[in-house]
Amino acid sequence: MDLDALASCFASPACLVTQTTSGLIIGMLLFLVAVGLTLIFGVLKVVNFSHGAFYMFGAYFAMTAYQVTGSFALAMLCGAGGTAILGLIFERAFMSRVYGADVLMQLLVCYAFVLIFDDVVRMIWGPEFKSMGMPAAFQVAPLFIAGGVVPPYYLLLIGVALAAAVILGLGLARTRIGKVIRAAAHNPGMVSALGINTGLIYGGVFALGGMLAGLAGALAAPVRSLTPGMGFSVLIESFIVTVIGGMGSILGALIGALLIGLIRSFGSLGFPLFTEGLMYLFMVIVLVSRPTGLFGKEAA
Amino acid sequence: MKRTRKPGVSRRTTLALMGAGAATLAAPWVARAQAKTIKIGMPTILSGRVAQLGTSSRNAVLLEVEKVNAAGGLAGRPIEMVIRDSKGQPQEAARIARELVNTDGCEMLLDGEASSGSFAVHEVARDLGVLCIHTCSEASSLTADPKQHIPNAFRCVRQGIHDSIVGASYAAGIAKTKGLKKWATCSPDYAYGRDTTGEFVLYLKKFAPDVEIISESWPKLFQPDYTDVITKILQAKPQALYSCLWGGDLTSYIDQANIYAMFTQMEVFAVNMADYTALTVVKNLPKGIHSGDRYIKTFPATPENAAWGDAYKAKYNEYPTNWSWQNATAVMFLNEAVKKAGSTDGKKVAEALTGLTIKCPFGADGTVTMRADDHTLVGYAIGWGTTIPQEPYVPDVKAGDWKTIFELEAEWKKSKGYT
Repeated sequence: MDLDALASCFASPACLVTQTTSGLIIGMLLFLVAVGLTLIFGVLKVVNFSHGAFYMFGAYFAMTAYQVTGSFALAMLCGAGGTAILGLIFERAFMSRVYGADVLMQLLVCYAFVLIFDDVVRMIWGPEFKSMGMPAAFQVAPLFIAGGVVPPYYLLLIGVALAAAVILGLGLARTRIGKVIRAAAHNPGMVSALGINTGLIYGGVFALGGMLAGLAGALAAPVRSLTPGMGFSVLIESFIVTVIGGMGSILGALIGALLIGLIRSFGSLGFPLFTEGLMYLFMVIVLVSRPTGLFGKEAA
Repeated sequence: MKRTRKPGVSRRTTLALMGAGAATLAAPWVARAQAKTIKIGMPTILSGRVAQLGTSSRNAVLLEVEKVNAAGGLAGRPIEMVIRDSKGQPQEAARIARELVNTDGCEMLLDGEASSGSFAVHEVARDLGVLCIHTCSEASSLTADPKQHIPNAFRCVRQGIHDSIVGASYAAGIAKTKGLKKWATCSPDYAYGRDTTGEFVLYLKKFAPDVEIISESWPKLFQPDYTDVITKILQAKPQALYSCLWGGDLTSYIDQANIYAMFTQMEVFAVNMADYTALTVVKNLPKGIHSGDRYIKTFPATPENAAWGDAYKAKYNEYPTNWSWQNATAVMFLNEAVKKAGSTDGKKVAEALTGLTIKCPFGADGTVTMRADDHTLVGYAIGWGTTIPQEPYVPDVKAGDWKTIFELEAEWKKSKGYT
């Protein structure tokens, strides 16, 4: 424990800015993965254990697109678009068959695909770790805000993730499609009886979830090394986020992810040997005091 | 009910007779095959996150075995390698090692396991008495600890303690000339990371007593994001940073630290940087990272080493790794030891290996030695230098001094109660 370091950080604006942005970066990438997870659970009522694979595919798609075209924007588009298509195919071909099945069955199917997807990546891109490299436009000196260090690429990353959160939130709350999705989550039988193609909605939501995870992977690709199986550690943290925020709640995912990010960045100062533990401890506290998570609804 | 034996030939006897008959017919073939080829077993890691350890080890072994076989094999017997994947699990490594000897009839083992697995294989070698050369484990205690010592096991690998001594004396030199007093460390949180960092700091303080460690970070092994660690180090404002992160973890760390301009704010000493696996992957390799040599074809700067690196690249379309040269050296040792012993008998080869010095492209002076008293490799090329973003990546490697290494290693062994 190093509470002095933590206290002196709170006393210094430079340190506060640096650590807060660092927490936001970790949190925002987590949010993009976790929100897809929570969305799919909210509407389809399945825990998509293979969600980490979409994060992985997003990163690999982006890297390949970047190597071929040299365009960062196109790389992001390929990362997000490619995983959306993959998500749609995966949902229609496999997941849709196990909606009515036992939770254990769903878990097994997902876990099987975690292994299959990892091996597919190994076959296509090889078992060694890869690096996409930072686009030249972002290879610039970091900004200094109130003495704190903020890399420009991370500003972009936070911006994109925030935009995704806002569009998603407004889209679900205000648009017709959003209403249909919410209705399908609530009572799919009735929605289907009204002549709406629920299969399409399910496929669409799964694709959207996959796309968000893919976008997170694509955004992370320039700064994280790419390996088969890279989705797994992200998946576990995303589960913690959704459990803290409440399964099915988008706002919950956002708040949960930001809290985890901030716990990590400030925790590593104050409790360098207990940062991971801190995260789980926080989850336990939330679960004990609010079993449905911070923004989760009471079990229906 | 009591069973009574019926007169005549029973089913069991018939089966036994048939089996014996088959064995008699097949035996000459088995016997001839044994006399001819010699099987060498190799458990290693061919899948998972560190698959490259196994693949680059296997590649190097096969490259050297090809040469030995072309020259007539081991005492006239061509080598047949039996290489199996342990998936990095120690119990699996031990099981495979046992199976290779007992079922597959391997007469020797090359143990291409990482540290945790190599201790397990070491116990199998102790139990079966089979000749075993460890080719990947850098944990010093594997050979330094006399409790581990058995006459039939050897280690043909660089050693953690050697790296720490050379790295620290190099770093202390830079610290003195540049006045680097405030240091931070950032290493993976498991046995290798903790031990190596501890030893490095110990010797750094010995060579440069006014050095002070002001910040320590221990990220998890295979952690995807290091931002919290990076900003923590930036807050501490050290003048220099030591890290023994490796592989994909190191490249992630560099990519993330790069956008915080960390490498312009402090001198960075990353012992595992100068390995082609990391050097060729990082797209924006910063200039001036200090690193130990893992394998680099320009150090030692001899035609033999360059030729070996190029031959490997020509065959496998990638550069060799640190594991490659170690495994290649192990095959070279076996070849020379068998020549010296004039036999492929495990015991005789082990005796010949003890204290053997051979010509080798990776030797500091063109030779390497299997030290007699602790059965470990010494005299290999070891040094530190700074990186540039393109080939040859580490243009000027400053060689470590083996005399100093031996002196300090002896002291270290004494302090650990090993001698």
